[in-house]
Amino acid sequence: MTGEVRHTIATSVIGAVMPARAQMASTLGFHIILACFGTAFPAIVLLAEFIGLRRHDETAMRLARRWSQVMGVLVAVGAVTGTVLSFEMGLLWPGLMREYGAVLGLPFGVEGIFFFLEAIFTAIYLYGWQRVPGWAHWASGLPIALSGIFGAMSVVAVNGWMNQPGGFTERAGRIVAVHPWQVFFNHAAAYEMPHMILAAYMVTGFTVAGVYATGILRGRRDRYHSYGFAVAFVPAALLTPLQLLVGDSAARAISHDQPVKFAAMEYVTNSSKHVPEWLGGVMLNGHIYGGIKIPDLDSLLVGFSSKARVTGLTSVAPADRPPVAWLIHLCFDAMIGLGTVLLLLGLWAGYEWWRRRRLPLHRVFWFVGAASGVAAICAMEAGWVVTEVGRQPWVVYRLQTTAQAATTSGGVTTSLSFVIVLYAVLGTATILVLRALARRWHLRDRDEPVVPYAPRTGPPTEEAAA
Amino acid sequence: MADTVGAILLTGITLYAVLGGADFGAGLWDLLAGGEQRGRPVRQLIDEAITPVWEANHVWLIFDLVVFWTAFPRAFAAVMTTVALPLWLALAGIVLRGSGFAFRDQIEQPMFKRAAGTAFALSSLVTPFFMGTVVGAVATGHIRADGARANVEAWSNPTAVLAGSLFVVACAYLAAVYLTRQAERRNDRRLRRYFALRARSAGVGAAALSVSLLAALHGSNHALYARLTGRALPLVIVAALCGLVTFTAISVAPARRLRDIAAIGVAAVIWGWGVAQYPHLLPATSVTLSNAGAPHDTLAALLVVFAAALVLVVPSGVLLFSLQERQVLQVRGTLWHPDGSEPGTSPRSVPADGPHPDTVLSSGAVARWRRRRST
Repeated sequence: MTGEVRHTIATSVIGAVMPARAQMASTLGFHIILACFGTAFPAIVLLAEFIGLRRHDETAMRLARRWSQVMGVLVAVGAVTGTVLSFEMGLLWPGLMREYGAVLGLPFGVEGIFFFLEAIFTAIYLYGWQRVPGWAHWASGLPIALSGIFGAMSVVAVNGWMNQPGGFTERAGRIVAVHPWQVFFNHAAAYEMPHMILAAYMVTGFTVAGVYATGILRGRRDRYHSYGFAVAFVPAALLTPLQLLVGDSAARAISHDQPVKFAAMEYVTNSSKHVPEWLGGVMLNGHIYGGIKIPDLDSLLVGFSSKARVTGLTSVAPADRPPVAWLIHLCFDAMIGLGTVLLLLGLWAGYEWWRRRRLPLHRVFWFVGAASGVAAICAMEAGWVVTEVGRQPWVVYRLQTTAQAATTSGGVTTSLSFVIVLYAVLGTATILVLRALARRWHLRDRDEPVVPYAPRTGPPTEEAAA
Repeated sequence: MADTVGAILLTGITLYAVLGGADFGAGLWDLLAGGEQRGRPVRQLIDEAITPVWEANHVWLIFDLVVFWTAFPRAFAAVMTTVALPLWLALAGIVLRGSGFAFRDQIEQPMFKRAAGTAFALSSLVTPFFMGTVVGAVATGHIRADGARANVEAWSNPTAVLAGSLFVVACAYLAAVYLTRQAERRNDRRLRRYFALRARSAGVGAAALSVSLLAALHGSNHALYARLTGRALPLVIVAALCGLVTFTAISVAPARRLRDIAAIGVAAVIWGWGVAQYPHLLPATSVTLSNAGAPHDTLAALLVVFAAALVLVVPSGVLLFSLQERQVLQVRGTLWHPDGSEPGTSPRSVPADGPHPDTVLSSGAVARWRRRRST
């Protein structure tokens, strides 16, 4: 399709495209945080329960129990915000579904199975705490953790397919044949799936750890808080170096698969060799203001040689370039920068453990630890901005523009306004509910403190008190 | 092949209606339960009945959406464009219902608890109504094959509004029958009577609305009317019989059997609609199951996905429902506490002869629990 035709289509529905994109961005940006918890939190809760059962450790058991209560709230909110996204696929992007629903629907169907398993076993796990005996209860949580991972793979498969569409044959504007395996395991899925699943574990681990780091900063240096921090922090910190490796190879793959997106990520204007790496900086009208320029580094990163050729933005017509390159680049830098900080934080803790068998005592560690959850969430959101804005103007890379996919039904500005208000209320309510839970627990623990490293005698305090 | 996938879609819709629909209906009874004091036992019963299962039931909606857009993408796009507004409203209801319900269990301040409860209850009215109007819009043939513009008339015509009302009342009917069973299991005679009475009145309401809907279809989509009274007549009769049996026997017969009969009655209505519409996906257009269908490979892959879902999901679902039926899942005993207390942290930490975890509950709950155990 020529640029002109696309331009006409774009202007005819331009009214819907921007609000539709804004709505998709805000609802997805909100849901993805809950989706991270849905994917990774069960595993962390199970880890705590495992330690509790294995070592007869009351603190770990109490954490597992309380975390599963948090999980119950987050899963419920995640279930409904996920439903919003399912509806929006049709309500905002009927053009996409009309043309490619038969292709990208399949991974969603697979995801549906895991969503079922997740919902069913979450209920058994959450409401079985009293009557299901120890290890059987623990085992009832395993399907949640597994289906979280497989469900995430299925959904990311769809996003990967939009970046690297394939696995189907189109004749005269209609899909005539589909190859499900190629759709599911598309070229981008190889790096997007591990990248997102690791991100989910990092977001969840660092966020939970951040909560307890805040408590420790406030002087609650007890076993309960150190445990809460460690059980969540250790898996997240262990996965962080892996994430940086996966991210690095993902960026290299994108430089081949979607060179224009990569050019926006790295401020490559003209295709050339000896391409410098820009750290920060704002690109306006082709000029880069501010930022640090490191000669040849981008070529080195892409092709392991300063002579490696990198494709630039000018290789395609202006209409085919992603808008707001500065946003894409700065988000890319933010993601990597925050990831690096999280890596250093994990190394610090690892060093301290190696030398002194304890967590760092320095306040800076706990300040950064308290902020690590927010940092991980910001990094993940920035990554989504890079991949989604970087794909524009396409919704299905080089096959369908976002403007062609957008709804012609009208009223998107209205729904966008409502969604922003509704989600603001929903987000606030979720945080307030969780804070109220934490306050309740804190009050109870203050009355009946968990004695550090004391052997457990008799029934647990709470039951005795009751 | 397309017919099989069409049947799968209709099965998914049926399961969502008889499982998820009842959860909405329970929300309606929550709404009508009266003041805080008077409505407490009713609301507690509703809480117990739907807390462990509503999310799993809700997934059927996602399943239906996915099957619809994967198997019949063009019809899906037309529906989503033409009746976007009621779908947005139903969606808002889904968000408020789920989050309101989840928050209500965790909030302690009476004011916010009430606000969350109201959001849950009111949205249980909104969502089925607007979903019903969407089905009404499809059934009356208001969705054009290439529908690219919103059409208010499609879902606000008398037939569609009747369909929406029928959805609301049918959800209430199912919920009342299920809750009668829940009360029976708890040996709570008062609540059993309470919901049996409501099941009867909702049943009468649903019957009246069904007849008026049929009459309205006589004018708005005569072809569908003719088939409903023609080839789909056996299903219509089954629906009527199930309703009649439930109505007459709910006070005397074991509610466990009646729960299935009521569900079969609602399923018969849905299949009656499907049979009457067959082979058209969008009545009054040329869009049929076979020509709206995705390519062969997609449909085959969907069948595989459905088979996998049957193998994995059905046993898990049966496990969940049987655990709930055997009262292994303790909603009241674990996450929800009237006095905000927290039971023992470890399932292992409960000594065999020590205090039972339920003793941390308020005295009323303990008394109820003892009564349950002794019977």
